[in-house]
Amino acid sequence: MRIIFLAFFLLWGVEAIAAAVEVKNFDTPEQERVYNSLISELRCLVCQNQTIADSNADLAKDLRAQVYKMLQQGKSRQEVVDFMTQRYGDFVLYNPPMKAKTSLLWLAPLLFLVIGLLVAWTVVRKKRLATHSESTHDSAQSEEIRRLLEQGDDR
Amino acid sequence: MLKFLTPLLIFAVLAIFLAIGLNLNPREIPSPFIDKPAPPFTLQTLDDPARTLSTADLKGQVWLLNVWASWCVSCRAEHPVLNRLAEQKLAVIIGLNYKDEPEDAKNWLARLGNPYDVSVLDMEGLTGIDWGVYGVPETFVIDKQGVVRYKHTGPVTDKDIETTFLPLLNTLQAE
Repeated sequence: MRIIFLAFFLLWGVEAIAAAVEVKNFDTPEQERVYNSLISELRCLVCQNQTIADSNADLAKDLRAQVYKMLQQGKSRQEVVDFMTQRYGDFVLYNPPMKAKTSLLWLAPLLFLVIGLLVAWTVVRKKRLATHSESTHDSAQSEEIRRLLEQGDDR
Repeated sequence: MLKFLTPLLIFAVLAIFLAIGLNLNPREIPSPFIDKPAPPFTLQTLDDPARTLSTADLKGQVWLLNVWASWCVSCRAEHPVLNRLAEQKLAVIIGLNYKDEPEDAKNWLARLGNPYDVSVLDMEGLTGIDWGVYGVPETFVIDKQGVVRYKHTGPVTDKDIETTFLPLLNTLQAE
């Protein structure tokens, strides 16, 4: 029984590796570099949180083949990106261009940083004011206590 | 007072954003083809591979392009809806048989009924890429000038037909 399980898991691994390796021949190392960077920047539209490099979905395979074919035909990186966005929109890009529509996407981190700094600043300021008033309060109180104690001594 | 209002306000803002997020459909990717000319194709027909149909042949007619395949489970759910739509003869319905075996496709239509005026073959899925297809079934509505006017991703339901397709097809036919 244990042998069967072992064999099962080992073979499972083999299948996963076989699926992940795709043999593609490139004319130049430069072309291979462009191919690899492109497929890790294009979104697989079926499994939306993966790039087409990571995904084994049929469409991802087709799109990888398409990228490969276009590069083999001597198309530039930008031409491939344009081809994809013409068909699938900016959503296909993991690195979307800065446009009016995507400005919130790009500026939101900065916005949140500013909000965070403002909150931190007000909190710190409030704390400082609070400790300040507390200490004055304390000295007034101890003054009162001293006065009362002195009165007691008199009696 | 502010002490209680602040968390309440933060909660309200969060709740609003989460509610919007829950009601959005992440599968619904807006098609860049809306109001743009339909990507041209010339493809073999399913019935007779010797014959071809091209987008140019359909100029002057309002037509639907329904992307389907016999291996696609949602297409099966959608099929009776398309059959009913075809009976109304409001538009030409073209089937794009996507990455399928012609034999399987023919059997499927013989068994479940054929709502398509013509089905064309896209065995490699290349026309699918040209049309930005990412999930079968998908349905495009193309007007008389050959411009894509609407895209529906996923199976079309009777409700979609009633609320979206029928009014749209009627206005496009009147244009």
